[in-house]
Amino acid sequence: MLRYTIRRLIVAVPVLFGVMVVTFFLVRMIPGDPCTAQLGEKATEAICAKFNADKGLDKPIPVQFGIYIRDVLQGDLGTSIRFNRPVTQLVAERLPVTLELGFFALLLACAVGVPLGIIAALRRNSAVDVATMVGSNIGVSMPVFWLGLMLAYIFALLLKDTPFQLPPSGRLTAGVTSVPFYVVWGWEVDLKSGLGQVLQFFANMYLFNSLITFQWEVFWDALRHLILPAMALGTIPMAIIARMTRSSMLEVLGRDYVRTARAKGLADVVVTIRHALRNALLPVVTIIGLQLGTIFSGAVLTETIFNLAGVGRILYDAISTRDYPIIQGFTLTIAFSYVMVNLLVDLSYGLLDPRIRY
Amino acid sequence: MVCLIRESDINETMSSTTTTVEPITLISAVRPAEGPWLRAWRQFIRQRSAIIGLVIISLLAFTAIFAPLIAPYGPTDVLLGKVEGIKKRAAPCIHLFGCPADQPQHLMGVDGNFRDLFSRVIYGARLSLLIGFVTVTISVVIGVVLGAVAGFVGGWVDNIIMRVLDVVLAFPFLLLAIAIVSVLGPGLMNAMLGIAIVSIPAYARVIRASVLSAREEEYVLAARTIGLGPLGMLFGHILPNAISPLIVQATLGIGTAIIEVAALSFLGLGAQPPTPEWGSMLSAERNQVFTAPHLVFFPGLAIMLTVLGFNLLGDGLRDALDPRLKR
Repeated sequence: MLRYTIRRLIVAVPVLFGVMVVTFFLVRMIPGDPCTAQLGEKATEAICAKFNADKGLDKPIPVQFGIYIRDVLQGDLGTSIRFNRPVTQLVAERLPVTLELGFFALLLACAVGVPLGIIAALRRNSAVDVATMVGSNIGVSMPVFWLGLMLAYIFALLLKDTPFQLPPSGRLTAGVTSVPFYVVWGWEVDLKSGLGQVLQFFANMYLFNSLITFQWEVFWDALRHLILPAMALGTIPMAIIARMTRSSMLEVLGRDYVRTARAKGLADVVVTIRHALRNALLPVVTIIGLQLGTIFSGAVLTETIFNLAGVGRILYDAISTRDYPIIQGFTLTIAFSYVMVNLLVDLSYGLLDPRIRY
Repeated sequence: MVCLIRESDINETMSSTTTTVEPITLISAVRPAEGPWLRAWRQFIRQRSAIIGLVIISLLAFTAIFAPLIAPYGPTDVLLGKVEGIKKRAAPCIHLFGCPADQPQHLMGVDGNFRDLFSRVIYGARLSLLIGFVTVTISVVIGVVLGAVAGFVGGWVDNIIMRVLDVVLAFPFLLLAIAIVSVLGPGLMNAMLGIAIVSIPAYARVIRASVLSAREEEYVLAARTIGLGPLGMLFGHILPNAISPLIVQATLGIGTAIIEVAALSFLGLGAQPPTPEWGSMLSAERNQVFTAPHLVFFPGLAIMLTVLGFNLLGDGLRDALDPRLKR
């Protein structure tokens, strides 16, 4: 397993390098330069020359690329042109927002999709089955941005003053703040250091942070803010997962060992969960891993609609302001998490199916 | 089962997807032998969802073709001063459903620029179908060439092509498209090109997989022994066998392409106002969702129905064309 993991990581290196090359040159092909994009009308030739010299943009492109590679290898993703802050710091700030949103959306998708798929398969051709299949067909066809706006309209306006009212923007209600756990526990942390950024990263996942520090009011507030974007983002994966679970379960339920399990008198629940579901989950897990792309793509749209300062939003803004280091750094981070999640998915096969050895 | 389909029917329905239709020859007195396309068509029409998909697409095509006859106004007509009593962002007014007869009828309401939303949505069908087909055609052509070369030539060529495609796949779909469109400049054509480029790997992989499996088949070996050149082999024997997964992938791809181009338009990178494109119509009024939800609802519904149609059709084709799923 260790050898397999190492081999996979080595294979990932050229892909990540390719991502670096593509992003580096792609962003520099975007018409317009960072100086004009940042300073607007104030951008005279003299000011821009100084601006470019400050940011190292006056060096030849190959030299810039060399510096970029050298820095990345040392764990430095550069300094944002617009915010004048290290990109790693921005990643620690923004990535948790998207991760929390994406995780919650996937959780929702699995929590609804897998049971629906199982029930649909067990009660084939019943009303539940038909409804699930119709629902999942509609679900995959839904534009995320439209669904998000409609959900905001329904839950923030139509259901106003009912218990189901949900906030349509931001992460917390004004006035509510999530106190980082390292502050609650009185740790002395240098926030600029690597460790400080890692701690910030975890503290910026508000649900996680408020949960471990028992700030229940913050937790509830953050959760309420997360529900609508997560519903918008999770619908397509939910539909795909439900469909996959159903077809996978149907296949497994017809197998001999399921019949044997029933024949020896096991309860239906045991047969379904222990014999059928466990084997049916393999393709489902693959699909869940593949949904990561949908999540990151959908995050751009969801974060725009629900006003969340996440990865998708900062990347979109960075492209329009020509903030090269942010685009490069965040794209690399995303590509890296892609590779890691796919590796985890492949490794999880071994847990689900003991016959698979690496 | 009695065969109710004539050969001419098949020719009509299938001629767009294939050039050769197996001639129906009588091998027994009871029923004609079935060609693969006939069998696929039979499987296809047996599925309710596939039929629904086909109906949606046909309606859409009908709407697109006859848009000027269906739409009461032009898609970019500003009706202020032309229609009496028109209000900015007015809610839908349908006389049949009790809207007072003295108010102008607008089936889907009026948008922020005093245009009839219904007319714009109707004309939008033209654009969306065009977007879907053009985008998918571009990526299918490039994808097929890359996939066929990779699978057929093999070796380091295969390796390089597939690694480059892996890099494309390592980016989130929409973000890479956003970056490409930023490079090319915002606009509908560039948005379509961006989405087309990002979708190439899917087609290339389908074709490569089919080519790889077909390359070892005996009939290909037979073709080689009788002296057929590589191009003849590729187009005459290998690609025809890869066509059915490609058709399925492309049909599903049309739906995806429509949604993704609409998403780019929503972000302001695709179709520019006043083009009646559904995504950009939705984007223009998205801040009014709390005051005039119908302006967001209808264009989005149109996108959803269109995509649903192509998805159902694609699923139906998959079930019909995949012989392993034969009932």
